[in-house]
Amino acid sequence: MSYDNELYQQVILDHNKKPRNFREMPEATHSCHGFNPLCGDDYTVYLKINAEDVIEEVSFMGSGCAISKASSSLMTGFLKGRKVDESKEIFEEFHKMVLGEMDPETQEHHLGKLALFKGIREFPSRIKCASLPWHSMMGALAKSENVTTE
Amino acid sequence: MPESDTLTTVKPPFDVDKIRADFPVLSQKVHGKPLVYLDNAATTQKPRRVIEKVRQFDSEEYGTVRRGSYKLSEHATQMFEDVRQKVAGLFNAADKKEIIFTSGTTQAINLVAYSFGKAFVKEGDEIIISNIEHHANTVPWQVLCEDKGAHLKVIPVNDRGELIMEEYKKLLSSKTRMVSVNHVSNALGTVNPIKEITRLAHEAGAKVLIDGAQSTPHLKIDVQDIDCDFYTFSGHKMYGPSGVGGLYGKYDVLKEMPPYVTGGDMIRQVTIEKTLYADPPARFEAGTPAISQVMGLGEAVDYIQEIGLDKIAEYEHALLEYGTRVLSEIDGLNIIGTAAHKASILSFHIDVIHPHDVVTLLDQDGIAVRGGHHCAQPTMQRFGVSATTRASASFYNKFEELDALAASVRRAIKLFS
Repeated sequence: MSYDNELYQQVILDHNKKPRNFREMPEATHSCHGFNPLCGDDYTVYLKINAEDVIEEVSFMGSGCAISKASSSLMTGFLKGRKVDESKEIFEEFHKMVLGEMDPETQEHHLGKLALFKGIREFPSRIKCASLPWHSMMGALAKSENVTTE
Repeated sequence: MPESDTLTTVKPPFDVDKIRADFPVLSQKVHGKPLVYLDNAATTQKPRRVIEKVRQFDSEEYGTVRRGSYKLSEHATQMFEDVRQKVAGLFNAADKKEIIFTSGTTQAINLVAYSFGKAFVKEGDEIIISNIEHHANTVPWQVLCEDKGAHLKVIPVNDRGELIMEEYKKLLSSKTRMVSVNHVSNALGTVNPIKEITRLAHEAGAKVLIDGAQSTPHLKIDVQDIDCDFYTFSGHKMYGPSGVGGLYGKYDVLKEMPPYVTGGDMIRQVTIEKTLYADPPARFEAGTPAISQVMGLGEAVDYIQEIGLDKIAEYEHALLEYGTRVLSEIDGLNIIGTAAHKASILSFHIDVIHPHDVVTLLDQDGIAVRGGHHCAQPTMQRFGVSATTRASASFYNKFEELDALAASVRRAIKLFS
């Protein structure tokens, strides 16, 4: 008897159980605390950006649901080694996908395996879970200390 | 699970299937599965006769209340006041003038915090709440204390989620102006010893407000026996409409209190220089009230009284015991709130799954439960969690639905293990 949805796929369950890049980063050049007051998801995203505007290192710490944790884990793996501008474009694409404004099945995109979060559009109350680490990453780039989603 | 099976044989004191047939919403399917509605602590569903009463009133009898001197208005006013009498009867208030209609418990508590606070709370005074209050019975008192330079004191709870009465006694003093606690905790289900709480507060010279949002549809309540000064309730948690509820207040206390919201209907005479206020309850009911919703509330009161609150409490207790049993058998699941006296609320924490994932997975099985902090963050902090999953049962729930809950929780745990 399987769940009839695309939300809790094996990749997401695996990243929830064994999150990658799950650590504080004292040498970070940018960081931002992201918090959803409605559900309590609470993460800090750390970035180390070099003189060429490349994200050399990216990590996160915190607690929350499986969707937010897996999304954080997958995001950190995906952004490592990318340019800041490119990361901002990927945020835009990811955001459009989870809101249902971009369909990775039919439209061109640069999200790679992040496209597996497309099923989240069927769960409106969970979209914020997937997008919280991305908002935190953008907050870090903007030098904000805190971002909230609700 | 032989013991659980034994419990299913407890015969409900009424025909649950017949009661379920009264609630149109319960017969639907969600994600292809029969709806199992277990979020009754958040809001209850409405029986057909409540829905029908509002429809019929709006279609045939609607008119403004307490103003018009034509037939529709006079009739609506009479019906409106009849509901006030019914509500007074439900709580065994001495007089229907002691019932004030509000938008619900939140507004009722704000009314008392503002109005009683304005007249009777001064710098250095103390207000006592508990560690297991809803934000609606926390924030209004914080605001009052901030405005007046008064202090908020908090009754701690033990690991079962019961108020520590010895600590409460120590908090009481001649500085205490108000003790405001819930009858039943919405987050844990604890039933508080409100009669004893009230007696002790009165000995110290303080007034007492009991937040009854969670208790009203599940326990028989007698405000004269409790002797509390205020008792609050919400229509949408007692099988009635949302947007209506109320406040019981002892008349002697109410008549010393200034208005909360001002405007039409709450006056005796207005001149540009001065306004004379009406007596309670009108003093606290400025503006056109939720007339149609009050009609629905009256029908809900009739409905639960016809079933009988004693029978409701008896059956819901059996559901609580059964639900506690089937959930306790699940490895890795901890029930938070294990008071000796509890209402049918099961708040739990699962080691490997966050409550929001539990809720989404249970929803796939047609089961509606709440995940979150239940507007009681200080309660969550006390138990060291950010959130719980909460299943809350009503007299229209069945033992089989609690089996379905347990099976769905097991399935979720398996997926995450």
